[in-house]
Amino acid sequence: MSKILVPVLALALLAGPAASAVFAQAKEVFIPLLVYRTGPYAPSGIPIANGFVDYFTLINERDGGINGVKLAWEECETQYDTKQGVECYERLKGKGPTGAVVVNPYSTGISYQLIPKAPVDKTPILSMGYGMSASSDGRWFPWVFNFPTNYWSQASAVIRYIGTQEGGLDKLKGKKIVHVHHNSPYGKEANPTLETLARQFGFELTLLPVDHPGQEQKSTWLQVRRINPDWIFMSGWGVMNQVGIKEAAAINFKMDHFIGNWWSANDSDVVPAADGAKGYKGATFHAPGTSFKVFQEVVKNVYDKGKGAGKKEEMGEPLYNRGIVNAMFAVEAIRTAMAQYGNKPMTGEQVRWGFEHLNLTDKRLEELGMKGFTHPVKVSCEDHESSGPILVQQWDGKKWTVVSDWIQPMREVVRPKIEAAAVEEGKKLGYTMRDCSKEK
Amino acid sequence: MIYREAGQFKTTYAADQAIFPIVQDRVFVAVLLAAAFLVPPLAANEYWLQAILIPFLIYSLAALGLNLLTGYAGQLSLGTGGFMAVGAYSAFKLATAFPWLDIIVVFLLSGLVAAGVGIVFGIPSLRIKGFYLAVATLAAQFFLIWLFNKVAWFVNYAPSGTITAPPRTVAGVMVTGPEATAAVRYVTALGLVVLFAWVAKNLVRGRVGRSWMAIRDRDIAAEIIGIRPLRTKLLAFAISSFYCGVAGAEFVFLYLGSAETLAFDISLSFLVLFMVIIGGLGSILGSFLGAGFIVLVPIFLTNAPHLIGIGMPVALQKQIELMVFGALIIFFLIVEPAGLARLWQITKEKLRLWPFPH
Repeated sequence: MSKILVPVLALALLAGPAASAVFAQAKEVFIPLLVYRTGPYAPSGIPIANGFVDYFTLINERDGGINGVKLAWEECETQYDTKQGVECYERLKGKGPTGAVVVNPYSTGISYQLIPKAPVDKTPILSMGYGMSASSDGRWFPWVFNFPTNYWSQASAVIRYIGTQEGGLDKLKGKKIVHVHHNSPYGKEANPTLETLARQFGFELTLLPVDHPGQEQKSTWLQVRRINPDWIFMSGWGVMNQVGIKEAAAINFKMDHFIGNWWSANDSDVVPAADGAKGYKGATFHAPGTSFKVFQEVVKNVYDKGKGAGKKEEMGEPLYNRGIVNAMFAVEAIRTAMAQYGNKPMTGEQVRWGFEHLNLTDKRLEELGMKGFTHPVKVSCEDHESSGPILVQQWDGKKWTVVSDWIQPMREVVRPKIEAAAVEEGKKLGYTMRDCSKEK
Repeated sequence: MIYREAGQFKTTYAADQAIFPIVQDRVFVAVLLAAAFLVPPLAANEYWLQAILIPFLIYSLAALGLNLLTGYAGQLSLGTGGFMAVGAYSAFKLATAFPWLDIIVVFLLSGLVAAGVGIVFGIPSLRIKGFYLAVATLAAQFFLIWLFNKVAWFVNYAPSGTITAPPRTVAGVMVTGPEATAAVRYVTALGLVVLFAWVAKNLVRGRVGRSWMAIRDRDIAAEIIGIRPLRTKLLAFAISSFYCGVAGAEFVFLYLGSAETLAFDISLSFLVLFMVIIGGLGSILGSFLGAGFIVLVPIFLTNAPHLIGIGMPVALQKQIELMVFGALIIFFLIVEPAGLARLWQITKEKLRLWPFPH
């Protein structure tokens, strides 16, 4: 048996890439989707992946693609694991008539890995609200985009929000704030900004790392009890969020003083804690819920035709909506590129140009059925982040409601740090700064 | 018929003690090596090199290291991931602190650092054995990962705690960093693994290897015949950690390009241990076969549904992959508990009698 099995395995392995290389040379652009629908991060990964696919399906079904060019995509399971991420990226990057035109790693670890490869493979990276914060400086990282806002801006906006809740930023002095974070590049990203702000406003900051995957947090929350903080900010992901919120409920922490970052505030994070999660807050850069026109379109063109990726009832969850927003950004960037280069399948280089010249105005958002759903974005050569404002949403036990206005990040604090970090990170990779005044 | 050693007479001790005493084996290995060095860099695409062959070579080197310790010296270790992390982080520190240093030298030096750490964590092996030692090495795994996560100096104070392979050249050719081609990385990894496999093969059939095996088979008896457990066991830890350290450095510099401590967590230690067990404990060839099995089969299973034209949701596919992979492991362990290397040996024995088995 094994004697037959081994050669068969070997043969099939050899034949693998050969077969997949035969790909229809259709009029389409290919977008690889690195997803994680299994493993400890699946609770966060599934709604995002569904949102993505549903929006792409909507574009293909309703509009017949972008200006006649269909969207093609393929999912690849990474389990949020960097090694599997490499395999997925390498497998998918060459597909489609023009190769992968944009990659969304959906993992800060995988983003770090792909950032050096992007200029070599000519594939832009859209790490929307995650990844390397330093890559917001487009002069050093022309291929990486992390608009509408990054971790550092988010941390500063959350501190501003806490300030307003306390009655002014000057009231932060002496307050105790704990940052419970995933012990990984992702979770650590916000730390330098929080430390700077702690010095600036005089609040006491404690950083509490939680190790992967985050199922065990007893010791962390014991420390929280000892510190008895005024506010907790959490940067969690996957199963870590539910456990963190449950633990907070178990120690009777005031839930409305517990704020998750935008990756720590989804339905799947709060539902397991049941009533204990009531009052829990989360940052976001788009609204929750389905009260926007785009969702009616998705129902009409995708779910009613039986082509939905998930369940209709799960639409409107924050992470599902994030998938929609992310897919919309990618589509609009490709559209911007087409306005410059013509209505044909774009290459990665052309889409990069599209991202850099993306200008989503309120008017355009209204046309897309997303008025009020997310904030207008303008990307430029220098600024790949556009320091967009954030919203704070609150869980009332059944659904999320937005409880704040758009909160501006502290750009004056964050941007200089970004520029300094970009020099450092860029030099590590042997980059030089490009001169944006020479870009057309 | 073809594979027969009749008529090959050994007239010198050297010929008798050769690694491959049979001419056919020598030819086979020579052809295999030539093919390995020439064919993939010229023929394989980047996916094959970067996602399949390079990790296979690096895992082989790590498995080789663990096999020396567990398979030959009989010291069960779950610290492989930790030792690989030592190699990776010291390579990063060395490469960034001394940019002029040749990257191959960096790999070797980081192997030495790992060897030093290995000796320290090998000391408990003088008192504790078997599963208890495995638990002690587990401490190495957790401590080292914690250390690299905690002390920012190891990552040059990068806020994210990520290490990134800087661009470095060997003799003018870019070997690491984003600009290095997959073919160059592949040849570097292959060169190192061939060199170290050759060293390992010679180690295990010499005095050192024999004393390891004596310790493994019965340590009291070994002590009585004059083998010093202290030196022997610590040497096994040192050399094994050296191999793992070099593999860890390559893991970041040639394969991932950038890594966090999560890449070296306990699951990596288990993965390498499974490679050694499935490949064959106490076999150099087994390290390669085991690494091949663990690296290639999941990738094959991921691609298989596409090949036969079945489109299925990725989540379902992943679950099926895990189940089939688990079943295959059990299947091979039942068919041949001594590992894939033993299967190969049996095949060779059968081949000698073919086509007229008596």
